[in-house]
Amino acid sequence: MSGSPEETKKHIDIYMKVAGALAVLTVVTVLASYIDVAVPLAIIIALIIATAKGSLVVSYFMHLVDEKSRSLAIALALTVFFWLVLMLVPIMTTSDTYGVHKPLPNANATHAEDGAH
Amino acid sequence: MEIPYTVAERPDTGLNNVKLGIWLFLASEVMLFGGLFSTYVILRVGGVDWPLGAEYLNIPIGAFNTAVLIGSSVTMVMCFASLKLGDFAKYKTYMGWTLVLALTFLVVKGYEYYEKVSHDHLPSHSTFLAIYWTMTALHGLHIVGGVIVNGYFWGPGSKLWHQKREMFENRIEAAGLYWHFVDLVWIFLFPVLYLL
Repeated sequence: MSGSPEETKKHIDIYMKVAGALAVLTVVTVLASYIDVAVPLAIIIALIIATAKGSLVVSYFMHLVDEKSRSLAIALALTVFFWLVLMLVPIMTTSDTYGVHKPLPNANATHAEDGAH
Repeated sequence: MEIPYTVAERPDTGLNNVKLGIWLFLASEVMLFGGLFSTYVILRVGGVDWPLGAEYLNIPIGAFNTAVLIGSSVTMVMCFASLKLGDFAKYKTYMGWTLVLALTFLVVKGYEYYEKVSHDHLPSHSTFLAIYWTMTALHGLHIVGGVIVNGYFWGPGSKLWHQKREMFENRIEAAGLYWHFVDLVWIFLFPVLYLL
Protein backbone atom coordinates (compact mmCIF):
# COMPACT_ATOMS: atom_id res chain seq x y z
CA MET A 1 0.00 0.00 0.00
CA SER A 2 1.31 3.46 -0.87
CA GLY A 3 -0.07 6.88 -1.61
CA SER A 4 -1.92 9.80 -0.07
CA PRO A 5 -3.78 9.91 3.29
CA GLU A 6 -7.09 9.86 1.35
CA GLU A 7 -6.04 6.64 -0.35
CA THR A 8 -5.01 5.15 3.00
CA LYS A 9 -8.40 6.05 4.49
CA LYS A 10 -10.11 4.28 1.58
CA HIS A 11 -7.95 1.24 2.33
CA ILE A 12 -9.04 1.36 5.98
CA ASP A 13 -12.70 1.21 4.87
CA ILE A 14 -11.85 -1.88 2.81
CA TYR A 15 -10.03 -3.48 5.79
CA MET A 16 -13.15 -3.09 7.94
CA LYS A 17 -15.36 -4.66 5.27
CA VAL A 18 -12.89 -7.55 4.86
CA ALA A 19 -12.82 -8.01 8.67
CA GLY A 20 -16.63 -8.25 8.66
CA ALA A 21 -16.58 -10.75 5.80
CA LEU A 22 -13.99 -12.88 7.62
CA ALA A 23 -16.11 -12.90 10.78
CA VAL A 24 -19.21 -13.96 8.82
CA LEU A 25 -17.29 -16.67 6.95
CA THR A 26 -15.88 -18.03 10.24
CA VAL A 27 -19.44 -18.45 11.54
CA VAL A 28 -20.44 -20.06 8.22
CA THR A 29 -17.48 -22.47 8.52
CA VAL A 30 -18.67 -23.65 11.94
CA LEU A 31 -22.33 -23.90 10.87
CA ALA A 32 -21.42 -25.80 7.68
CA SER A 33 -19.64 -28.43 9.76
CA TYR A 34 -23.00 -29.38 11.34
CA ILE A 35 -24.54 -30.19 7.93
CA ASP A 36 -24.79 -33.95 7.61
CA VAL A 37 -22.92 -34.74 4.39
CA ALA A 38 -20.33 -37.32 3.30
CA VAL A 39 -16.73 -36.66 4.40
CA PRO A 40 -15.37 -35.81 0.89
CA LEU A 41 -18.14 -33.21 0.39
CA ALA A 42 -17.61 -31.83 3.90
CA ILE A 43 -13.89 -31.43 3.15
CA ILE A 44 -14.68 -29.65 -0.14
CA ILE A 45 -17.17 -27.25 1.53
CA ALA A 46 -14.75 -26.45 4.38
CA LEU A 47 -11.87 -25.88 1.98
CA ILE A 48 -13.96 -23.64 -0.32
CA ILE A 49 -14.88 -21.41 2.64
CA ALA A 50 -11.28 -21.45 3.93
CA THR A 51 -10.00 -20.56 0.45
CA ALA A 52 -12.45 -17.63 0.27
CA LYS A 53 -11.23 -16.38 3.66
CA GLY A 54 -7.59 -16.92 2.69
CA SER A 55 -8.07 -15.05 -0.59
CA LEU A 56 -9.46 -12.04 1.29
CA VAL A 57 -6.48 -12.02 3.67
CA VAL A 58 -3.91 -12.37 0.87
CA SER A 59 -5.62 -9.89 -1.47
CA TYR A 60 -6.37 -7.06 0.95
CA PHE A 61 -4.43 -7.47 4.22
CA MET A 62 -1.30 -8.57 2.34
CA HIS A 63 -2.02 -6.01 -0.42
CA LEU A 64 -1.55 -8.47 -3.25
CA VAL A 65 -4.28 -6.72 -5.30
CA ASP A 66 -2.08 -3.60 -5.38
CA GLU A 67 1.15 -5.35 -6.30
CA LYS A 68 2.30 -4.79 -9.87
CA SER A 69 5.70 -6.50 -9.65
CA ARG A 70 6.24 -9.12 -12.35
CA SER A 71 9.00 -10.78 -10.32
CA LEU A 72 6.62 -11.29 -7.41
CA ALA A 73 3.91 -12.63 -9.72
CA ILE A 74 6.35 -15.20 -11.15
CA ALA A 75 7.62 -16.19 -7.68
CA LEU A 76 4.08 -16.66 -6.36
CA ALA A 77 2.91 -18.52 -9.48
CA LEU A 78 5.83 -20.95 -9.04
CA THR A 79 4.95 -21.33 -5.36
CA VAL A 80 1.34 -22.18 -6.18
CA PHE A 81 2.45 -24.64 -8.87
CA PHE A 82 4.86 -26.50 -6.59
CA TRP A 83 2.35 -26.43 -3.75
CA LEU A 84 -0.13 -28.18 -6.05
CA VAL A 85 2.52 -30.74 -6.98
CA LEU A 86 3.24 -31.25 -3.29
CA MET A 87 -0.46 -31.80 -2.59
CA LEU A 88 -1.40 -33.86 -5.64
CA VAL A 89 1.50 -36.18 -6.42
CA PRO A 90 1.55 -38.08 -3.09
CA ILE A 91 -2.27 -38.34 -3.16
CA MET A 92 -2.32 -39.68 -6.72
CA THR A 93 0.37 -42.25 -6.02
CA THR A 94 -1.75 -43.82 -3.27
CA SER A 95 -5.28 -43.12 -4.57
CA ASP A 96 -5.87 -46.75 -5.62
CA THR A 97 -5.51 -47.96 -2.01
CA TYR A 98 -7.82 -45.52 -0.21
CA GLY A 99 -10.11 -47.23 2.25
CA VAL A 100 -8.35 -50.57 1.79
CA HIS A 101 -7.02 -52.05 5.01
CA LYS A 102 -3.35 -52.62 4.38
CA PRO A 103 -1.49 -53.84 7.49
CA LEU A 104 2.21 -53.28 7.78
CA PRO A 105 4.32 -56.28 6.60
CA ASN A 106 5.18 -57.26 10.18
CA ALA A 107 1.80 -56.33 11.68
CA ASN A 108 0.85 -59.96 12.42
CA ALA A 109 4.34 -61.12 13.28
CA THR A 110 3.22 -62.08 16.80
CA HIS A 111 0.45 -64.30 15.41
CA ALA A 112 2.88 -65.96 13.04
CA GLU A 113 5.19 -66.70 15.96
CA ASP A 114 2.23 -68.00 18.00
CA GLY A 115 1.26 -70.29 15.13
CA ALA A 116 4.79 -71.64 14.90
CA HIS A 117 4.71 -72.89 18.47
CA MET B 1 27.87 2.32 3.49
CA GLU B 2 24.10 2.05 3.27
CA ILE B 3 22.49 -1.16 2.05
CA PRO B 4 20.75 -0.35 -1.24
CA TYR B 5 17.06 -0.90 -2.04
CA THR B 6 15.86 -1.37 1.54
CA VAL B 7 13.33 1.39 0.88
CA ALA B 8 13.59 2.27 -2.81
CA GLU B 9 12.22 -0.11 -5.42
CA ARG B 10 14.72 -2.08 -7.43
CA PRO B 11 14.16 -1.30 -11.11
CA ASP B 12 14.49 -4.96 -12.12
CA THR B 13 12.11 -6.52 -9.58
CA GLY B 14 9.74 -3.59 -9.04
CA LEU B 15 9.97 -4.17 -5.27
CA ASN B 16 12.31 -3.14 -2.50
CA ASN B 17 14.48 -5.94 -1.17
CA VAL B 18 12.67 -6.12 2.16
CA LYS B 19 9.36 -6.94 0.50
CA LEU B 20 10.85 -9.35 -2.02
CA GLY B 21 12.76 -11.08 0.78
CA ILE B 22 9.72 -11.57 3.03
CA TRP B 23 7.61 -12.85 0.11
CA LEU B 24 10.28 -15.41 -0.81
CA PHE B 25 10.48 -16.47 2.85
CA LEU B 26 6.69 -16.87 2.90
CA ALA B 27 6.91 -18.96 -0.29
CA SER B 28 9.22 -21.35 1.59
CA GLU B 29 6.73 -21.38 4.47
CA VAL B 30 3.95 -22.35 2.04
CA MET B 31 6.01 -25.41 1.11
CA LEU B 32 6.70 -26.23 4.79
CA PHE B 33 3.04 -26.18 5.78
CA GLY B 34 2.04 -27.60 2.38
CA GLY B 35 4.11 -30.71 3.15
CA LEU B 36 2.24 -31.16 6.42
CA PHE B 37 -1.18 -30.59 4.82
CA SER B 38 -0.25 -33.12 2.13
CA THR B 39 0.71 -35.57 4.89
CA TYR B 40 -2.61 -34.94 6.63
CA VAL B 41 -4.60 -35.63 3.44
CA ILE B 42 -2.73 -38.89 2.80
CA LEU B 43 -3.22 -40.09 6.37
CA ARG B 44 -6.86 -38.99 6.40
CA VAL B 45 -8.09 -40.45 3.11
CA GLY B 46 -5.86 -43.51 3.39
CA GLY B 47 -6.95 -44.36 6.92
CA VAL B 48 -9.57 -47.04 7.51
CA ASP B 49 -10.81 -45.24 10.60
CA TRP B 50 -10.47 -41.53 11.41
CA PRO B 51 -12.05 -39.67 14.33
CA LEU B 52 -14.07 -36.49 13.89
CA GLY B 53 -12.10 -33.52 15.18
CA ALA B 54 -14.90 -32.77 17.65
CA GLU B 55 -14.28 -36.11 19.39
CA TYR B 56 -10.97 -34.78 20.68
CA LEU B 57 -11.15 -31.01 20.19
CA ASN B 58 -13.40 -28.24 21.47
CA ILE B 59 -14.99 -26.44 18.48
CA PRO B 60 -16.12 -23.27 20.38
CA ILE B 61 -12.56 -22.81 21.70
CA GLY B 62 -11.12 -23.32 18.22
CA ALA B 63 -13.65 -20.88 16.72
CA PHE B 64 -12.82 -18.35 19.45
CA ASN B 65 -9.12 -18.62 18.66
CA THR B 66 -9.88 -18.19 14.95
CA ALA B 67 -11.74 -14.95 15.73
CA VAL B 68 -8.85 -13.82 17.96
CA LEU B 69 -6.29 -14.39 15.22
CA ILE B 70 -8.42 -12.68 12.55
CA GLY B 71 -8.82 -9.77 14.98
CA SER B 72 -5.05 -9.59 15.38
CA SER B 73 -4.68 -9.49 11.59
CA VAL B 74 -7.04 -6.50 11.49
CA THR B 75 -5.10 -4.65 14.20
CA MET B 76 -1.83 -5.51 12.43
CA VAL B 77 -2.99 -4.04 9.12
CA MET B 78 -4.20 -0.99 11.04
CA CYS B 79 -0.66 -0.58 12.45
CA PHE B 80 0.64 -0.12 8.93
CA ALA B 81 -2.26 2.17 7.93
CA SER B 82 -1.63 4.31 11.03
CA LEU B 83 2.01 4.75 10.08
CA LYS B 84 0.97 5.71 6.54
CA LEU B 85 -1.24 8.39 8.11
CA GLY B 86 1.72 9.52 10.26
CA ASP B 87 -0.09 8.64 13.52
CA PHE B 88 2.56 6.99 15.67
CA ALA B 89 0.39 6.91 18.82
CA LYS B 90 -2.30 4.92 17.01
CA TYR B 91 0.37 2.60 15.66
CA LYS B 92 1.51 1.86 19.22
CA THR B 93 -2.08 1.20 20.32
CA TYR B 94 -2.84 -1.15 17.43
CA MET B 95 0.47 -3.00 17.82
CA GLY B 96 -0.28 -3.35 21.55
CA TRP B 97 -3.64 -4.93 20.69
CA THR B 98 -1.99 -7.22 18.16
CA LEU B 99 0.31 -8.46 20.91
CA VAL B 100 -2.55 -8.88 23.41
CA LEU B 101 -4.56 -10.91 20.87
CA ALA B 102 -1.52 -13.03 19.94
CA LEU B 103 -0.85 -13.79 23.61
CA THR B 104 -4.56 -14.58 24.09
CA PHE B 105 -4.30 -17.10 21.26
CA LEU B 106 -1.26 -18.70 22.91
CA VAL B 107 -2.91 -18.87 26.35
CA VAL B 108 -6.02 -20.53 24.85
CA LYS B 109 -3.85 -22.93 22.89
CA GLY B 110 -1.87 -23.67 26.04
CA TYR B 111 -5.14 -24.49 27.84
CA GLU B 112 -6.11 -26.84 25.00
CA TYR B 113 -2.72 -28.56 25.22
CA TYR B 114 -3.09 -28.87 29.00
CA GLU B 115 -6.47 -30.56 28.49
CA LYS B 116 -4.97 -32.95 25.96
CA VAL B 117 -2.04 -33.87 28.20
CA SER B 118 -4.29 -34.37 31.25
CA HIS B 119 -6.46 -36.80 29.23
CA ASP B 120 -3.35 -38.55 27.93
CA HIS B 121 -4.18 -37.41 24.39
CA LEU B 122 -0.55 -37.23 23.37
CA PRO B 123 0.85 -37.62 19.82
CA SER B 124 1.52 -41.31 20.50
CA HIS B 125 -2.20 -41.87 21.22
CA SER B 126 -3.35 -41.84 17.58
CA THR B 127 -2.40 -40.71 14.08
CA PHE B 128 -4.99 -37.91 14.31
CA LEU B 129 -3.45 -36.56 17.51
CA ALA B 130 0.07 -36.93 16.08
CA ILE B 131 -0.77 -34.71 13.09
CA TYR B 132 -2.82 -32.35 15.32
CA TRP B 133 0.11 -31.79 17.70
CA THR B 134 2.64 -31.46 14.89
CA MET B 135 0.67 -28.90 12.87
CA THR B 136 -0.65 -26.80 15.74
CA ALA B 137 2.69 -26.79 17.58
CA LEU B 138 4.53 -25.65 14.43
CA HIS B 139 1.90 -22.97 13.93
CA GLY B 140 2.21 -22.00 17.61
CA LEU B 141 5.97 -21.59 17.21
CA HIS B 142 5.28 -19.21 14.33
CA ILE B 143 2.97 -17.22 16.61
CA VAL B 144 5.73 -17.05 19.24
CA GLY B 145 8.17 -15.81 16.56
CA GLY B 146 5.65 -13.16 15.50
CA VAL B 147 5.15 -12.03 19.10
CA ILE B 148 8.91 -11.59 19.53
CA VAL B 149 9.24 -9.54 16.31
CA ASN B 150 6.09 -7.48 16.92
CA GLY B 151 7.07 -6.96 20.55
CA TYR B 152 10.41 -5.59 19.41
CA PHE B 153 8.73 -3.19 16.96
CA TRP B 154 6.27 -2.13 19.66
CA GLY B 155 9.08 -1.47 22.15
CA PRO B 156 12.74 -0.67 21.44
CA GLY B 157 12.50 -1.11 17.66
CA SER B 158 9.91 1.67 17.39
CA LYS B 159 12.63 4.29 17.94
CA LEU B 160 13.46 3.90 14.25
CA TRP B 161 10.22 5.77 13.41
CA HIS B 162 11.79 8.98 14.74
CA GLN B 163 14.94 8.51 12.67
CA LYS B 164 13.98 6.77 9.41
CA ARG B 165 10.22 6.70 8.91
CA GLU B 166 10.13 4.96 5.54
CA MET B 167 12.46 2.21 6.74
CA PHE B 168 10.28 1.65 9.81
CA GLU B 169 7.11 1.52 7.67
CA ASN B 170 8.80 -1.09 5.49
CA ARG B 171 9.71 -3.21 8.47
CA ILE B 172 6.16 -3.07 9.81
CA GLU B 173 4.82 -4.01 6.38
CA ALA B 174 7.16 -7.04 6.29
CA ALA B 175 6.20 -8.03 9.87
CA GLY B 176 2.55 -7.62 8.84
CA LEU B 177 2.94 -9.88 5.80
CA TYR B 178 4.39 -12.57 8.06
CA TRP B 179 1.60 -12.13 10.62
CA HIS B 180 -1.15 -12.35 7.99
CA PHE B 181 0.45 -15.53 6.67
CA VAL B 182 0.33 -17.06 10.16
CA ASP B 183 -3.37 -16.10 10.29
CA LEU B 184 -3.85 -17.62 6.84
CA VAL B 185 -2.39 -20.97 7.97
CA TRP B 186 -4.77 -21.06 10.95
CA ILE B 187 -7.73 -20.28 8.64
CA PHE B 188 -7.00 -23.65 6.98
CA LEU B 189 -5.92 -25.51 10.12
CA PHE B 190 -9.13 -24.77 12.03
CA PRO B 191 -11.64 -26.48 9.68
CA VAL B 192 -9.23 -29.27 8.73
CA LEU B 193 -8.46 -30.32 12.30
CA TYR B 194 -11.49 -29.22 14.32
CA LEU B 195 -14.46 -29.56 12.00
CA LEU B 196 -13.83 -32.49 9.66
